Amino acid sequence: MPKIKVPRKSTAVDMTAMCDVAFLLLSFFILTSKFKPSEELSVVTPSSVATETALENDVVLITMDAEGRAYFSVSDDAEEQKRKIIDEVNSERNLNLTDAEKAGFLRAGSYVGVPFSQLKSFLSMTAKERTQVELPGIPIDSANNELRVWLKAAQNAFMGQKMNLMLKGDNEAKYPTFKGVLDALKANDMLKFQLITSPDAIPEGTEFYRIQQLKAKGIEVSDGD
Amino acid sequence: MAEINTEGGGKKKGPGVKKGKKLSTRVDLTPMVDLGFLLITFFIFTTTMSQPTAMRLYLPKDTERQEEQTKVKESGALTILLGSNDRIFYYEGKLADDQSNVVETDFANVRDVIINKKKTTDPEDFVVVIKPGPTSVYRNTVDILDEMTINAVKRYALVDISDVELTMVQKIEAGQ
Repeated sequence: MPKIKVPRKSTAVDMTAMCDVAFLLLSFFILTSKFKPSEELSVVTPSSVATETALENDVVLITMDAEGRAYFSVSDDAEEQKRKIIDEVNSERNLNLTDAEKAGFLRAGSYVGVPFSQLKSFLSMTAKERTQVELPGIPIDSANNELRVWLKAAQNAFMGQKMNLMLKGDNEAKYPTFKGVLDALKANDMLKFQLITSPDAIPEGTEFYRIQQLKAKGIEVSDGD
Repeated sequence: MAEINTEGGGKKKGPGVKKGKKLSTRVDLTPMVDLGFLLITFFIFTTTMSQPTAMRLYLPKDTERQEEQTKVKESGALTILLGSNDRIFYYEGKLADDQSNVVETDFANVRDVIINKKKTTDPEDFVVVIKPGPTSVYRNTVDILDEMTINAVKRYALVDISDVELTMVQKIEAGQ
């Protein structure tokens, strides 16, 4: 009987296909990922079990920092509304802002963190200068709640359109700040808004956990709104 | 000079012509694959970490008129007071005149308090009243609102702390 000769095969595997897959995935992740823009206001948000991701378009954002100062900003995609807001605030408060100063508000990533009395000089600063000075924040106490004026202008600018009102607060911001912001919102009848939080795991065994499990299985659960 | 040998291997060269050694065009791609996957893992980790979530909050309209205000049965109410340094005080029903029904708890145990109260009261009457004190931080408020979601509490209200409660909380905090 002739011996069967087993051909000796090389152990080297062709890596080309695997390499293709790896780089395809890599390019996918690079293209879909969005880098966090360097934020001028450092705010550490509290965590919650909310599962919805925060929207990024047509956002009117109120930021509260750890010292309890409030800032107002509008997302960059709503350029037309931004223009309306600054025009309205300008005429409402007789600020006599020049076009160059208005451009300081319209610039990408801009925010307001000063009372109206300092707005003129604040808007003429460059973005770098703004980070260097200590901003007092928008007054939100009950006697002089200037955030109300800003929110009213925002409400008018977004008239007939969906506005995503968001509130981003720092963990250590004191409650009276939050209260001042809530008062400003209530004064304008803006009663629906969202708090930006960082995601947190849902504790097991709780009611909400059970609801989420049922939802995952496709069973409708009434939220009882 | 670099040139590509297009000639077939079968043709015999003349004498004295050196036979060019045929090199394999295969490159070992293993390190490249390693690098590719390393970068993939990097991008996966960086993208999922920085996705903020949004928590919905609906405020009730402020109203002066009595008939528009939501009525709350005292027996079904659980009032949670937020103090400084993550301290929580709560009482069920109405605050006793001598403030004897106030109990202190913390964020680790407040869930059990809510669950117990929820179990023992009629769902129709159950309401949680959240009263953050002036020394409590924003995180405390969000954490408590989050507990409402976690425990599926349908009726809750964010109310200002009253003077009586505030002095009481301050007294307890100063005493210990």
